[in-house]
Amino acid sequence: MDWYPLYNSLRIAAISTAAVFFLGIWAAYYVAKLPRLVKGVLDVVLTLPLVLPPTVVGWLLLMLLGPKRPLGAWILETFGMKMVMTWWSAIFATVVVAFPLMYRTARGAFESFDHTLAGAGQTLGLSNTYIFWRIRMPVCRQGILAGTVLAFARALGEYGATSMIAGYTPSRTATISTTVYQLWRTNDNAGALRWVVVNIAISAVFLLTVNLLERRQKQSGGEAWD
Amino acid sequence: MGLSLIVDIQKKLGSFQLQVQFDTQQQPLALLGASGCGKSLTLKCIAGILKPDAGRIVLNGVTVFDSAAKIDLPPQRRQVGYLFQHYALFPHMSVLQNIAVAVKDHSRRRQVSAQLMERFQLSTVADLRPEQISGGQQQRCALARILAAEPQAILLDEPLSALDSYLRFQLEADLAGFLSQFPGPVVWVTHDQGEARRNCPRVCVLDQGHSQEVQTMDSLVRAPKTEAAARLCGWENFADAQAEGAFVRLPQWGLLLKCSAPFPQDAHRVGIRAGALRLAPAAGGENVFSCFVVQQIRDLSLRTLLLRPEGAPRTAPLLRGDFKKELFPGEVPDRLLVSIPPDALLPL
Repeated sequence: MDWYPLYNSLRIAAISTAAVFFLGIWAAYYVAKLPRLVKGVLDVVLTLPLVLPPTVVGWLLLMLLGPKRPLGAWILETFGMKMVMTWWSAIFATVVVAFPLMYRTARGAFESFDHTLAGAGQTLGLSNTYIFWRIRMPVCRQGILAGTVLAFARALGEYGATSMIAGYTPSRTATISTTVYQLWRTNDNAGALRWVVVNIAISAVFLLTVNLLERRQKQSGGEAWD
Repeated sequence: MGLSLIVDIQKKLGSFQLQVQFDTQQQPLALLGASGCGKSLTLKCIAGILKPDAGRIVLNGVTVFDSAAKIDLPPQRRQVGYLFQHYALFPHMSVLQNIAVAVKDHSRRRQVSAQLMERFQLSTVADLRPEQISGGQQQRCALARILAAEPQAILLDEPLSALDSYLRFQLEADLAGFLSQFPGPVVWVTHDQGEARRNCPRVCVLDQGHSQEVQTMDSLVRAPKTEAAARLCGWENFADAQAEGAFVRLPQWGLLLKCSAPFPQDAHRVGIRAGALRLAPAAGGENVFSCFVVQQIRDLSLRTLLLRPEGAPRTAPLLRGDFKKELFPGEVPDRLLVSIPPDALLPL
């Protein structure tokens, strides 16, 4: 059995999760500070990929990054890089669809953060950077971890936008999800089943992790603080 | 200029308008007000956590905020020790880490935090997290952490309200002892005039965002100048009032009462303590009137009666009177003759 799709899926999910981790936290932190109207509009825009069909995301990405589209053409001309139909093209798709999960979970965690802790840190002379990474993040860590795991699971399971922007080339752009579709299409149900089992196993482990994190949060949260 | 804090700030938050002006030297100043009057908001502005719209804050001779001169030092450079209502200890750090993190000189971190834990009797709980220690220990940890940061001033936000009442007395004594050794200005926010009276010689009353003139605690408790101040100092009854020569008319209760001093023409309200009401032996005496007993509340040695003066409409506020239990050997009657001594009428 050729394990390339597993390897490719995991590296795409890992890279996009790393990107989404910082993007989501950054957006959650700054959007929460904006005036209400701007916040409402931005919130809709940033959450939209969660509810849009992945094919819509894929189409929009192709319209942006395709070799004949303005941005794609410019990058191809300037850097000689084709943005679509490579293994890493799928990262654009997974980042867009996984981003809302990280953003919303992190925002929820930040919103329940007790602001007096930040105030206390400031009056004690701690820098704002220290307060963010050493107080806000550890206090919100369970929510942020849950968001990261959800984003990873979503990136791993991405099919629609990925198949449009990266296509299916065995040993080059194949991921677990596109492989399952390809094997089914070619009547290789035994082959498809193997990848289905692999996929279910990975997803189950991740969901279990999320549940454990949430339970721990419930147990440790809310005592002695308000 | 020695150690002092001068505050003169305005801030608008929605429909709430904060306008606070006071100054204080070394002795603790009480900032006394009902909940929601802007006490915490004021402290946050002084500490630099919130920015006032306009005004000036000068701490120990250094202007930390001045809207006209565009000065607005960040909280980190104001060095104001802030004891939060629920202490705001960092929940993921141990007691030791909470204190050590505030020590600026990293080479002396270990030494300074050990000394502070010794002084605040925290050495035995050094490795526990805030949620694992008692309320008193949490407060001591918060104070130790404040001292570790070498503050220029200390702000206390309802320092005793998070504690069970049986712990309060000892902690209040501990806190007073600690503050007496602190050389800088101290602002003690509270809604409890007893707490203010015991710990602060001077007081600034805050009423719906507006500060009143700083005065001594004595003068506030003897003769509060506003209804809000009177309420905070334990006056229970308030009614509309009009001066009428040596008398004052209370139209809501249909009463005309004699005053010991002429009631000021510009006073339009009167305050009466529940404990000032007396049972009258007979009708016709000075300031004697008849009341219906609407409700009674029994306490160990007290009967608190909610009364409606006979001439008062049903919409009028009830008059509260506290009487010794012994005055009512049997049942409390439906109707009583009471009197209010002329010197118990506080013009507001």
